[in-house]
Amino acid sequence: MALASMSIGRTTGLGVSTLQIAQRALLRYLRTPQLIILGTVQNALFLLCFRYVFGGAISLPGISYVDFLLPGFITTSVLFSGIGAATVVAEDLEQGFVDRLRSLPIPRLSFLAGRALADTAWNAWGLLVATGVGFAVGFRIHSSLLDALAALGLCVAFGFAFEWFFILLGLMAGTPQAAQGMALIVFPFTFLSSAYVPVATMPGWLQAFAAHQPITYMVDVVRALTQGAPAEALLGHSTGYWVSGALLWTLGIVAVFAPLAVLKYRRS
Amino acid sequence: MALMIEATGLTKRFGKTRALDGLDLTAETGRVVALLGPNGAGKTTFVRAVATLVRLDGGVLRVGGYDVRRDAAAVRRIIALAGQFAAVEPAMTGRENLEMVARLSGRDRTSARSSASSVLDRFGLAEVADQLVRTYSGGMRRKLDLGASLVGAPRLLLLDEPTTGLDPRSRIELWDAIRELVGQGTDVLLTTQYLDEADNLASDVVIIDHGRVVAAGTPSELKQRVGGKIIEIHARREVDVARIAQALQHLDHGEVHLDPATRRVSVSVEDSGSELMHTLKAVEGIELEDVSLRQPRLDEVFLALTGHPTSDRVLERAVS
Ligand SMILES: Nc1ncnc2c1ncn2[C@@H]1O[C@H](COP(=O)(O)OP(=O)(O)O)[C@@H](O)[C@H]1O
Ligand SMILES: [Mg+2]
Repeated sequence: MALASMSIGRTTGLGVSTLQIAQRALLRYLRTPQLIILGTVQNALFLLCFRYVFGGAISLPGISYVDFLLPGFITTSVLFSGIGAATVVAEDLEQGFVDRLRSLPIPRLSFLAGRALADTAWNAWGLLVATGVGFAVGFRIHSSLLDALAALGLCVAFGFAFEWFFILLGLMAGTPQAAQGMALIVFPFTFLSSAYVPVATMPGWLQAFAAHQPITYMVDVVRALTQGAPAEALLGHSTGYWVSGALLWTLGIVAVFAPLAVLKYRRS
Repeated sequence: MALMIEATGLTKRFGKTRALDGLDLTAETGRVVALLGPNGAGKTTFVRAVATLVRLDGGVLRVGGYDVRRDAAAVRRIIALAGQFAAVEPAMTGRENLEMVARLSGRDRTSARSSASSVLDRFGLAEVADQLVRTYSGGMRRKLDLGASLVGAPRLLLLDEPTTGLDPRSRIELWDAIRELVGQGTDVLLTTQYLDEADNLASDVVIIDHGRVVAAGTPSELKQRVGGKIIEIHARREVDVARIAQALQHLDHGEVHLDPATRRVSVSVEDSGSELMHTLKAVEGIELEDVSLRQPRLDEVFLALTGHPTSDRVLERAVS
């Protein structure tokens, strides 16, 4: 029992450890300029394709296609950055960073909290870039500035909710490559939503799914908030309907995936 | 003597693999213990268990007097881990990496800064301290990783294969760094696949295979059982292999091993200097490719201590 006198070191608070971990995660993004440039260029190309290639074939009553498309493009950008988030979580596991953290006297959850914080901040930045590109190709807000800011805030919240899904994927995948592969599932999900074309143009059986899945609510609330009455008319529901639907989905996703991610992290 | 590590009957299964299969090990405070074993022996699993990262299936493991299951938080306050892969962030500078780990170890900003600086100086990284780790060599990353595990001033440092993959010079530099820590009173548990590494750094060597302890003792005790160094003679012509073996048998060193396929004969010797002279005289006139005096390889140690080769060796033979 001589060791009972062994000096017991300090413990680190949740705030400090979360911030340190978030800072590292952000630096990793910021100091990989290739990643930023490639991501932005890819995004812009994707947008240009829809705007100018498909845009000509799609005409909508009371709203221009670019004003219809941009809310979809901006909202789904949080899903595409999620692919990177899942990959990085798997990398942190594989390369021993998580092992190091777990052997330090910090609250166990600070890794997840730090990641969620950093990725949410990164998402917010991505949203601003996507919005900027949108304005450059002709997107305009036809409502109040306050409504538009509310839409932006909601997008950050959607990104935060999906972050837990992507963290869970990263924890389960085993390797970064597998994590990336699994996260690509977001592609079909964005296409099977109202993000790029109105749900009403899809065959009936697909509409049943597309009209009720979370991405549709999230995209359409952004449409309603930035375009006002014409969007409400086109989408067939009031802004309030889309806000409550989107918020319910957001809460639901957090309620399911955050506990699952925490459980998985504790187990592994 | 107080015990730093006290492991009794540890078991850990991954599916059908028994990574730890009734492992018993004790390490006193003030010692440097090397866990020596081939790939897949269970070294990493044991080190991770000591670091509270493995959920054991059975057995009792106490570190610094604390049970890893019940008092994991207390164990974490006295240990630090440098894992098998350098867990440093390439997109941060060396200094930023160390300051982050220091902050996570509970130090305030000022003290984190000063402890990062002193670690950078100690490991000869001061010049590159403000460059991104992305630009570091493998050896520098390893040193930084070792440094990162020190900023929290641990009582017990866990090093999992600290020099695997390093060039010979970085390896020696890292050995020096580890020795210096030990000189300052940090206990170390390290794993390695290299006998010379265990010999150079450890006061106690524990040899494990298949998740179990095969032999344990001080390096000199083990060497006595294995028999010092190995003289290996490589004959130019196959017909000479038997003649060389015969000549060596007469010198009465130890058991002579023949490998006709590679035309090599080896024998272990106690006092290498004079016995090498005798050996050379004994084979005078036979055409030789090469003569070498070397440390026994891990497989030879296994053979000497257990009478059977390591699992690795069995595998190699099965494949070749
Ligand atoms: N997470 C894991 N999942 C499945 N098998 C594992 C895992 N970790 C280790 N093993 C297996 O357990 C055995 C011991 O592994 P390990 O402790 O890594 O050995 P060492 O570090 O000595 O090379 C090996 O057969 C390895 O394949
Ligand atoms: Mg290992």
